[in-house]
Amino acid sequence: MGFEDTALMSRILTLMTLSFHIIYATIGVGVPLMIMIAQWVGIRKNDEHYILLARRWARGFVITVAVGVVTGTAIGLQLSLLWPNFMQMAGNVIALPLFMEVFAFFFEAIFLGIYLYTWDRFEDQRKHFLLLVPVALGAAASSIFITIVNSFMNAPQGFDVLNGELVNVSPLLAMFSPAVPTKVAHVLSTAFMTSAFILASIAAFRLLRGSNHIYHKKALFLTMKLALIFSVATAIIGDFSGKYLAEYQPEKLAAAEWHFETGPEAELVLFGVLDGEEPKYAIRVPYALSILAHGVPSGEVIGLNDFPEDEIPPLWIHYLFDTMVTLGMWLAFFSFVFVVGSWRGWSLVKQKWFRWLTVLSGPLAMIAIEAGWWFTEVGRQPWILRGYMKTSEGATASGQVDLMIVLFAGLYVILGIGTVVVLSRMYKRNPVEKELAQRESSKGGEES
Amino acid sequence: MTLEIIGISVLWLFLFLYVIVASIDFGAGFFNAYSAFSDKQHILTGIIQRYLSPVWEVTNVFFVFFFVGIIGFFPQTAFYYGTTLLVPASLALILLAVRGSYYAFATYGAKIDHRGYIYMYGLSGLLLPAALSPVLAISEGGFMRLDGGQPSLDYWALFTSPLMWSIVVLSLAAVLYISAVFLTWYAHKAGDVKATQLVRKYALVWAGPTIITATGIIFELRGHNPEHYASLLDLWWMFALSFLLFLGTVFLIWKKRNYGLAFILLVGQFFTAFFAYGASHYPYLLYPHLTIYDSFTNESMAIALIIAFIAGLGLLLPSLYLLFRLFLFDKDYVKGKSDYHA
Repeated sequence: MGFEDTALMSRILTLMTLSFHIIYATIGVGVPLMIMIAQWVGIRKNDEHYILLARRWARGFVITVAVGVVTGTAIGLQLSLLWPNFMQMAGNVIALPLFMEVFAFFFEAIFLGIYLYTWDRFEDQRKHFLLLVPVALGAAASSIFITIVNSFMNAPQGFDVLNGELVNVSPLLAMFSPAVPTKVAHVLSTAFMTSAFILASIAAFRLLRGSNHIYHKKALFLTMKLALIFSVATAIIGDFSGKYLAEYQPEKLAAAEWHFETGPEAELVLFGVLDGEEPKYAIRVPYALSILAHGVPSGEVIGLNDFPEDEIPPLWIHYLFDTMVTLGMWLAFFSFVFVVGSWRGWSLVKQKWFRWLTVLSGPLAMIAIEAGWWFTEVGRQPWILRGYMKTSEGATASGQVDLMIVLFAGLYVILGIGTVVVLSRMYKRNPVEKELAQRESSKGGEES
Repeated sequence: MTLEIIGISVLWLFLFLYVIVASIDFGAGFFNAYSAFSDKQHILTGIIQRYLSPVWEVTNVFFVFFFVGIIGFFPQTAFYYGTTLLVPASLALILLAVRGSYYAFATYGAKIDHRGYIYMYGLSGLLLPAALSPVLAISEGGFMRLDGGQPSLDYWALFTSPLMWSIVVLSLAAVLYISAVFLTWYAHKAGDVKATQLVRKYALVWAGPTIITATGIIFELRGHNPEHYASLLDLWWMFALSFLLFLGTVFLIWKKRNYGLAFILLVGQFFTAFFAYGASHYPYLLYPHLTIYDSFTNESMAIALIIAFIAGLGLLLPSLYLLFRLFLFDKDYVKGKSDYHA
């Protein structure tokens, strides 16, 4: 029993660290791209507002990066502290992308430092813009490499097992498991989408709070356009992910959809609660699961009853799946209405309640990210390495994990509050109107 | 040269780089706190922030590099060290997190200069090396039990061991010494006479304790791990060289000249001592349970990692050079003539 307990404790601590880290990691992957786009637009249009937008985003970004770096370091080390047996195995097969992730992170850290401390140092703004390219690339690359590691855990390959030992290891084959394309694409597009919505939330909030400056309007429109593009991309990739699951991890899809009996013309279950094997109060969409899984209504979807009972994931992941998909759909629809409405000059877009919905979109996107990760991670239980190692076999034997949970929980509370306090203080003390006026006066009327 | 040796040398080099840059970082935080305590904060804060701000994140990566690398090249270390180090490593992680985020919050964000925070920041810089140094003690063996194949740490033996406490004291003294010598050079470059005087004094104060504890540890090992002690003696000439370099640094600082050269000699001193220590530990990663041979990863992964490493360095070295040129070796930036912070 004691052994199982540490596995549960280790799971709780890992869940806590990752859930906290992905908030900052998502921003860390998405925001550099947004900064880059804003600065590019500013240079192209010769518009001071977009450059200032990039600069102010960058300032806030540093705070989130700092917390992202320290929590990332924590989870990196916790992997070995909490799952030593798994890491020993993984070190043999999947060390390559882990190692490459560090390089990408290194690269990003160096250029972020340079970018932040060279504003106005170069005569040519385009030179300064170029420094952002490695930052955005490094951020995206590190998320790609770490997602590759996670994909391996979902679809391990690239080794043979002989008498319980791993032999014939092929690092490259392990890196490019079948889960990689959909997972990497989904992680990237949702990170970009979420960051765009968060920045849009901030702009909408400023507009609601009385500052009617054109700067915020430009920011809002730019970020909502980007949010629309990436939500559409996310929806398309999400569909591919469904097809991937049907092919390679049918038990996860079946658990997510409460699909018990294998068969064609499977229906999609939306919402509802489970009573035994019968979903209650659910909306059932005929054929939709078959279409999601195989693209045709006649596609046969494998049900949960085909799996041994101790190898199926918990059925409550259905709620996570629903949360993620519903929020994703809503956000795609909402950003579509926003962008079309702005182009067409609908008065709807300027309504107060619509602005409040815009403010809400950033937090909603973040909730979808959390729900999505919990779905994918809980959905591969009881495995830590699907088909090869159960979670309980990978956990540490150390008895002090419960104490560490308390310590780290305290840390994350402090860091979370710290981020909010520092960010809000930073922007309150230096509103954009003040900064624009300062820049105007420091130029001494050289140009308009 | 075997793949195992290449692997451990690369990792040892990155650990060494982390020791140097992190010492500068930790020590700077402590000196900043100490000078706030003795009402001299205005002298040091500017210099320290100008150095740390663009590089603190990079400092962190050296640490990540080491522990990801060692799991990659020597996966068995995850099993032994991962299980035993849960408590000390978690404490180090929490300190690291508080320190790093506080630094960013204070310097980039809210410009907090509350005394309490500054003291906490300085203190955490001293606690961190103390929390990390048990690893070195554990690697000497004698603090770990194997119960039914599962390793566990003997805390009582560890906390009553003079070896472990000597390592803690050495790490503290070395952190302050390395940091002070670097800051002397940096402050001198900035043309800041007062700051130079202050940190020069700190450098001279901490030189003695550093060399005394370092020598002390060698004698501790004689009783604790005779095998290691014997191989340390075989490398006596490297320690002698390290000592000469130490004398050179102290001499230059004392005579107030060539601070740049003094820092280079200091790096040389620690480099030789660090590698001599590492070489004498060979072939053990964890005496006597784990050698670099029985924990090494499979050959194809080792080759892949080394290729990735070389490609990574190809990207990293020019980038680091650019970083140094723009900040460490840029006169205007060092002197604080222009602030280009976003």
